[in-house]
Amino acid sequence: MVTVALFWLFAVGALVSGFLVFWLDSMARVTFALLASFVFVAAEVILLGLAYLGVVIVLMMVMEMVIMVVFMIMYMMNPAGLMPMAMYHNKTGAMALSVGTFVALAAGIVLVDWPQRTGAPPPDPTFALGQALMGPHMLTMMTLGVALFATIVATVVLATHRGRYDRLGDDLRATRADDPVGGGIGR
Amino acid sequence: MGEAPVWSVVVLPALLGVGAFAAVAFDAALHVRAAGRPVSVSVIAPLRAVVRLLITQRRATTAADVVLWRTGVVLVPVLAVLAGLVLPLGGVAVADLAVGVVWFNAMEILAWAAVWMAGWGPNAALSLVGGYRFVAQGLAYELPHMFALITAATAAGTLRVGGIVEAQSGLWFVVWMPVAFVVYLLSAMAMAFWGPFDAPLGRDLAGGAAGELSGVDRLVFLGGRWLLLVVAVAMSVPLFLGGGSGPWLPGWVWTVLKTAAVLGVVVWFGRRFPTVRMERFAELAWVVLIPLTILQALVVALVVLIR
Repeated sequence: MVTVALFWLFAVGALVSGFLVFWLDSMARVTFALLASFVFVAAEVILLGLAYLGVVIVLMMVMEMVIMVVFMIMYMMNPAGLMPMAMYHNKTGAMALSVGTFVALAAGIVLVDWPQRTGAPPPDPTFALGQALMGPHMLTMMTLGVALFATIVATVVLATHRGRYDRLGDDLRATRADDPVGGGIGR
Repeated sequence: MGEAPVWSVVVLPALLGVGAFAAVAFDAALHVRAAGRPVSVSVIAPLRAVVRLLITQRRATTAADVVLWRTGVVLVPVLAVLAGLVLPLGGVAVADLAVGVVWFNAMEILAWAAVWMAGWGPNAALSLVGGYRFVAQGLAYELPHMFALITAATAAGTLRVGGIVEAQSGLWFVVWMPVAFVVYLLSAMAMAFWGPFDAPLGRDLAGGAAGELSGVDRLVFLGGRWLLLVVAVAMSVPLFLGGGSGPWLPGWVWTVLKTAAVLGVVVWFGRRFPTVRMERFAELAWVVLIPLTILQALVVALVVLIR
C-alpha cells in the first residue's frame, strides 16, 4: 500500500518536473527541473528493489546536470531568464508530439498483455549486476569504456588550439611548458 | 551492526549539530589564539554569531532567482544530514543501507548543485564565480574521492558501511591504505569547501558563493557547511579508522573520540594552510592524486585477490 502510494507520488513528481523543463523560461531552472525529474525516476528504480542503480542514477545525474547547467548557460544568449526563453520551437507541434508520445507509451503499458513472471529476482541485485557487467558483458563494457575515453580525448584534441609544440617549443625541449594558466605541480 | 530505532532520525541532526558547534568553537579558539587574545572568549563566539545572524535582516538583490537561491541554501544542511544517515555510532546507524557508501557519495554530490545554486541565485557576478569555482573544485576532487571510497569498499568486499567496519576487526584500513585515507580527508575538506579549499567562498570574491547571503540564509548555508564537514570527517572513522573498535571504552565513545581527533586535525589544517587556487588544485588532482589513488586501489585489489 505504502509502495503504491510512493510509486504514484514519484511518478507524478517525475512527470510534473519533466513538464516544467519545457514550461520554465530560465536555463538554470530548466536544468534543475530536469534533475528533479531524474531523481524521481531514481526513486522509482529504488522502489523496484534496485537500490544500487537508483542511488547511482542520483549520483551521476547530479554531477551531469551541474556540469550541464554551466555549459548551457555558457552557450545561451539569454542565460539568466531575464528575458523569456523557450526550450522548444514550434510550440503546438512540439506539444502534440511529446504529449502524443507519452499517451501512446502509457497506453501501451496498460494495454499490453504482459507475460507472467518466471523466476525470482536474485537475492543481491547489486552483486548480480556486477557479475553480469564483469562477466558475460565484460567485452561490451570494455569496448564502451575505451570508445567513450577515445571520444573524450579526441574532442579535447579537436577543441584545443594549443598543442604540445605550443607548450614545449618546436623541438619539444623547453624545460617549462609555456601555458597561459599555471598548474599546481610546476611543470 | 544494526539499525537504530526510528527516533534516531531526530537524534542524528542534533548530534551532528553538537559536532559542528564544537568544530566552530575550536576554529574560533584557533583564530583568537592567533590574534593573541584570551581563548576563553572564543567558546561563546559561535553562539554570538548565531544570534547575530538570526537578527540580521535578509539581503535582497535585484532580479534574484529566489527559488534556486533558497533551494541551494537549504539543501546544504539537508544533504549533510542525509549523508549522515549511514554513519555508524558504536555499532548502530540510522540506516545501515546495503549500498551505504554509494548513498553517502550520492548525497554529498548534492553539494555541487547546492553551492552552484546558492552562487547563481542572487544574480551577482562574484557570487556566481564562487559557484563556478566549487564546480571546478568538485570535478577535481571527486574522482580521487571515489577511488578512496572504492578502495575501502574493495578491501571489505561490501558497500555496506557496517560491513566495512567489521572487515577492520583485525587491522584498520588506514594502516595498509594510507594514501586513500589522506586523499579522503583532503577531498572531505574540499567537499565542505573548508581550509585550503575555501576558494568558492574566497576573500578575493568578497565571500564568493556566500557573499550575498545574510541573516538566516547565511546561518543555514554556513551552518550546513560545518555539518557537511563534520559528516565527511566522521565517515573517515568507519571507512579507515576501525569505526568503534578500541579497548576498554564502549564503541560509541571510541567513534566520538576518533571523529573529534580527526575533526580537530582538519580544522587546524584549514587554519594553517592558505587557500589553494583552483587551477593549481585541478592539475594536482589529475596529475598526482588520481594516479596515486588508482595505485592504492590496485594494491588493495591485489591483496584481496591473493588472500
